[in-house]
Amino acid sequence: MFWTYAALLLLVFVTANVYGRFRAMQVAGHQLSALHSRPSYHGGYLAILAALPAFVLLIAWAIVEPRLLDTMVISAKAESVAGLSKAELQAFLRDARAIAFGGIVAFSDAGKEQAAEVFSSLAQTSFILKTTLIIALVAGGLWYGNRTITPTMRARHFVERTVMALLILCSAVAIFTTIGIVLSLIFESLMFFRQIPILDFVFGTHWSPQSAFEGAGAEHGEANTEIFGAIPLLVGTMLITAIAIFVAAPVGLLSAIYLSDYASTPVRAIAKPVLEILAGIPTVVYGFFAALTVAPFIRGWGESIGLSVSSESALAAGLVMGIMIIPFVSSLSDDVINAVPQSLRDGSAGLGATKSETIRRVVLPAALPGIVSALILAISRAIGETMIVVMAAGLAANITANPLEAVTTVTVQIVTLLVGDQEFDSAKTLAAFALGLLLFCITLALNIFALRVVKKYREQYD
Amino acid sequence: MIDIAQDTAGTAIDGRVKGIPSGVHTTDEARKRLKKRYSMEARFKAYGMGAIALAATFLVLLLFTIVGSGLPAFTYNYVSVPLNLSAEKVDPANPAGASYNKIIRDGLKAELPFASDRKNRRVLYSLVSSGANVTLQKQAIADPSILGGTGPVAIPLSDFADLYVKGLITKKTEIATSSAATVSGTDGQVTISAQKPEFEQVLAALKTYYDREIELLTGKIEARGRSEISVKTKIAGLETRLANEKDPLVAQRLTSEVEGNKAALVKIMSALEKQKAELVTLQGRLANIGTGGTLNANMPSFFVEVNGGTIKAEKVTPTSVTGTAFIPLSTDAAVPAGQWGIEELETPESFRKFSDKEIAYTDYLVSKGTVANEWNSIFFKSGASREPEMAGIWGAAVGSFWTMLVTLSLSFPIGVSAAIYLEEFAPKNRWTHLIEVNINNLAAVPSIVFGLLGLAVFLNVFGLPRSAPVVGGMVLALMTLPTIIIASRAALQAVPPSIREAALGVGASRLQAVFHHVLPLAMPGILTGTIIGMAQALGETAPLLMIGMVAFIVDIPASPVDPSTVLPVQIFMWADFPEPAFQQKTSAAIMVLLGFLISMNAIAIVLRKRFERRW
Amino acid sequence: MALEMTTDTESAMDTTMSAPPAVSAEGETLKMRGRDVKVFYGDKQALHGVDLDVRKNQVTALIGPSGCGKSTFLRCLNRMNDTIDICRVQGDILLDNDDVYDPRIDVVELRARVGMVFQKPNPFPKSIFENVAYGPRIHGLAQGKSDLEDIVASSLQRAGLFEEVKDRLDEPGTGLSGGQQQRLCIARAIAVSPEVILMDEPCSALDPIATAKVEELMDELRQNYTIVIVTHSMQQAARVSQRTAFFHLGNLVEEGLTNDIFTNPKDQRTQDYITGRFG
Repeated sequence: MFWTYAALLLLVFVTANVYGRFRAMQVAGHQLSALHSRPSYHGGYLAILAALPAFVLLIAWAIVEPRLLDTMVISAKAESVAGLSKAELQAFLRDARAIAFGGIVAFSDAGKEQAAEVFSSLAQTSFILKTTLIIALVAGGLWYGNRTITPTMRARHFVERTVMALLILCSAVAIFTTIGIVLSLIFESLMFFRQIPILDFVFGTHWSPQSAFEGAGAEHGEANTEIFGAIPLLVGTMLITAIAIFVAAPVGLLSAIYLSDYASTPVRAIAKPVLEILAGIPTVVYGFFAALTVAPFIRGWGESIGLSVSSESALAAGLVMGIMIIPFVSSLSDDVINAVPQSLRDGSAGLGATKSETIRRVVLPAALPGIVSALILAISRAIGETMIVVMAAGLAANITANPLEAVTTVTVQIVTLLVGDQEFDSAKTLAAFALGLLLFCITLALNIFALRVVKKYREQYD
Repeated sequence: MIDIAQDTAGTAIDGRVKGIPSGVHTTDEARKRLKKRYSMEARFKAYGMGAIALAATFLVLLLFTIVGSGLPAFTYNYVSVPLNLSAEKVDPANPAGASYNKIIRDGLKAELPFASDRKNRRVLYSLVSSGANVTLQKQAIADPSILGGTGPVAIPLSDFADLYVKGLITKKTEIATSSAATVSGTDGQVTISAQKPEFEQVLAALKTYYDREIELLTGKIEARGRSEISVKTKIAGLETRLANEKDPLVAQRLTSEVEGNKAALVKIMSALEKQKAELVTLQGRLANIGTGGTLNANMPSFFVEVNGGTIKAEKVTPTSVTGTAFIPLSTDAAVPAGQWGIEELETPESFRKFSDKEIAYTDYLVSKGTVANEWNSIFFKSGASREPEMAGIWGAAVGSFWTMLVTLSLSFPIGVSAAIYLEEFAPKNRWTHLIEVNINNLAAVPSIVFGLLGLAVFLNVFGLPRSAPVVGGMVLALMTLPTIIIASRAALQAVPPSIREAALGVGASRLQAVFHHVLPLAMPGILTGTIIGMAQALGETAPLLMIGMVAFIVDIPASPVDPSTVLPVQIFMWADFPEPAFQQKTSAAIMVLLGFLISMNAIAIVLRKRFERRW
Repeated sequence: MALEMTTDTESAMDTTMSAPPAVSAEGETLKMRGRDVKVFYGDKQALHGVDLDVRKNQVTALIGPSGCGKSTFLRCLNRMNDTIDICRVQGDILLDNDDVYDPRIDVVELRARVGMVFQKPNPFPKSIFENVAYGPRIHGLAQGKSDLEDIVASSLQRAGLFEEVKDRLDEPGTGLSGGQQQRLCIARAIAVSPEVILMDEPCSALDPIATAKVEELMDELRQNYTIVIVTHSMQQAARVSQRTAFFHLGNLVEEGLTNDIFTNPKDQRTQDYITGRFG
């Protein structure tokens, strides 16, 4: 339905465009120079007036209509839905819709049949209303546009202003996205903190949401507040991140130094693509590699020297995550190392310093802020990484610093809590959003800090 | 150092810097120091090279592992057996209605008539894919010309049979024989006696097995012995304390503790006795191994191939083997030297999910030349399935296509528009600064957070369908937007201002200058950035898990609103399946995904090289 | 291999010790000698066979219009051109009696003996003290902490900077004014105790007062060091140098006593240049 209307409006747009050109030539007495704007702008002017308002209405209708219909059906059939839980209500509406508009009906009863009737009649009204409004808007736009096309009309200004408004709208999408993220995370988290006190969440040391409705208070359907402690997840995240940085920082940094100051052209021609390919490999592939190759290898190695290693050890996940962020560290470090001015290197070389002395004593200290911020960005990347830990780190919420044990991370728990079917407003589901908020805040803080440092550093040498 | 006395610092020896004589850089010490400094230099350089080499090793290891395990999945083994597809079995008017399962089973039965009892038949049927009937049905509908005949038709083997034929279940070695032998029968329990001690190697394997078992058992007995001693000491300690204890309550607790420990001791002792007895038995068997022994499922299996039949070795002496004939012998005549052989299956039967009998039957089919390795078209043409041999990536690939289509059609226009506005028109004020900071931060937000956004906003607020590529595409579009905006801005920035001035100079509006002149020149850069962003999106998994694209969907999605999955999510799901065949499918799917990504990046590189322009 | 190299360097050193220093016709010791020096950047030739001597304890000024090759020649003297990949040098350049482009000559040692001060002051982003201490540290010239402090103080003294910075040696060198920064770079070069100091337009980024201070410093330094300076300013060349060499289009046009060059040039091109007809 939506797409049919969208296609029709496109047709209106094209037709109005063609007619607008024709009309402009007509009013100008086929004298191009008599027109303020070229005919194509008049075409655009008419097309925008005719199609754009109707199109905006169409989109708004598509977003609002289902919600409105649901509310109206519920208020109309209040007696059928009285006493239903939220999930049951949703199922009721789903079935009623399916009866009304076609689809797979789970099971049908009299209440649903009646609701379906309400649905159909409302949908019919909505359809008539929508169609009337759209036709009115198109016709009104065409009429007004047609009337206002005169040789002196500044059609180009109108079209350009519309285009500019569209451009601004597009650049605001970034802001809308951020607002959307923040609002959705905060909104769901607030619902979570209504059930679980925020301090229990942030400072709790026990995490087992799978047992949310067992134990004390289970019969009331209330969540047990003791089992949503995020500390084990943070500890696990930090452990894996630390291992990853321990691998990636030296390898990435040394690679960057070697590539920027030592490598010959053929070596660079091989090494750069190697790092680029490492950077381009999807994380799910790293996860598979970690779970099926690295973890068993580490386990076998540990057992051969008499250590007990968990099959989902933090070491395996951390190691592979470290490999993943090597190119990230090296390309960021490469940027900052290259930003150190050549005059400093020359100054050092002019005093008789060897290359490594210049790098270690002049270049690296000068690039230090940049390198630090590169590492912070890498840490933030590692904290937010999901697939490797989901596939290789497991679910055991242990508080440990032993890399051979299994730990779990914030991202793993978000995935575990949200994958599969669940009621949307249970504490378990909402906990995922609280974790998401935590993750967002941590990474945002790290990113802002790192970007500031980089900016200061850049300014120093500009 | 601040308070260096003026006069000391001032008096410089022979007018030069104090303390350093002229020619200091050409002394022996200076040269010695220099040598040290150079070895430091070499070491530092070696670290750098080592780091690069390490990164390269990781990459090679990763690719090697993936390709090594994924390559076999690109082909599949089919068995061709004559099937009765005549009109009485399959109604040509209604080919969908026939019982293809029965037809296939009949065909197999005819091929291996000796597998006659229920048990053997079940083993036989398990050799072909449980989805073979569906494949055959599709084949019959698509190509009715095969109907009516009774000729051989290729049907897929089961996943384990396929792995076995590819040599991925067990290593198989032939042991040559050099003397003539006699056989006791053709079917059931058969004994084969050689003139020379041909079965020493079988006995050697048995001996290895006994040695290992004895070693393990000895270790266990030692450990038990230690715990026996510790429990005894504990009991002694407790009894001493009990003797001195005045408090009756404590005494009572101690007594019960002593009782508990004693009971444990008894258990330990009896287990120890049992293990010791077992050890004695094993040692006895090992001592008598010269006269023969009995094989078991925890050691390598041995087949004797003789007179067209296969005997599984169960009892063995140096010169004879007795066992069940899995494939009956054609005759019980004596066999001359060199006409029979022994086959060793290295992985013990209990360690694999493909029994000795299945191996013998598969080998029989292979030896009849009915099994052929072919391009695995099922893998490329079908959607998800719980049966590894029926599972394919086509469904996921189509899902990826729809998702990418939505992502591209949203993120490209929005991203380029935003870049044009920010780079060409935006005034430098707080709002545009806010937008810029926003874009930079969005680029670093973890992808899973975008998934949460999609779940909360697109699914729950807008009520869009779960698991649909349209929602996945929207989420990924938001995620790739920063990449495209940043790349597009860089490309626009690279167009020199003189072009804009030239356009403005001939009376174009600013918008015309940008759309007619700047944008076309920046397009290669913008496209490069877009392709790189799309490659990122194609490999992304986590946010799609949040919006339900992880569901098990058999049908191929026909539009962006049908439930579907995408390639990386398919990889994630397969990686979790326990069947070994799925592990290879996963690797193969990764190879396909990497193939797409590498070609996308290659296109981006070519584009950049081709249209690179220095101003 | 390592052993062999040592013997070679030792023998190279022996010749330095034993062979008598080269002298000019006037009997002045020649510290550095360039013979038929040609430099190529890729396919482009920047110097077309230059013969130029640098006399000990004198200031030699290299002048000429932009792109004439004077900086290129200067950078050959301590092989700073090595850092440019496409640069090739032909001909001989001798420091005392050692050919600086001889593979047996170590470039690190060479640059310690022939120090350099650059056009734009380039103090390291470290403290003033660390800037000066850097050279002695890497070359291992100081025996201990107090020794190092002595070297730093005395170098700053020689560079005429000590009085201005003695109370803030811990502050970053980048915080000094332009003239101070350049003198800091000179102090940094002196601290290594070089035999020759090369200066590549050391005053082009400085104001007149700072320039005067640096020029004064050069005059003092030549008592103990041999100085080669590239300059755009003919007045500066006239003020600080004893000898002047005029470069044009990659050729050495004329070389002689500064006085002679400026009052009585032999070549028409030199005449035109110093009278400001081109440049």
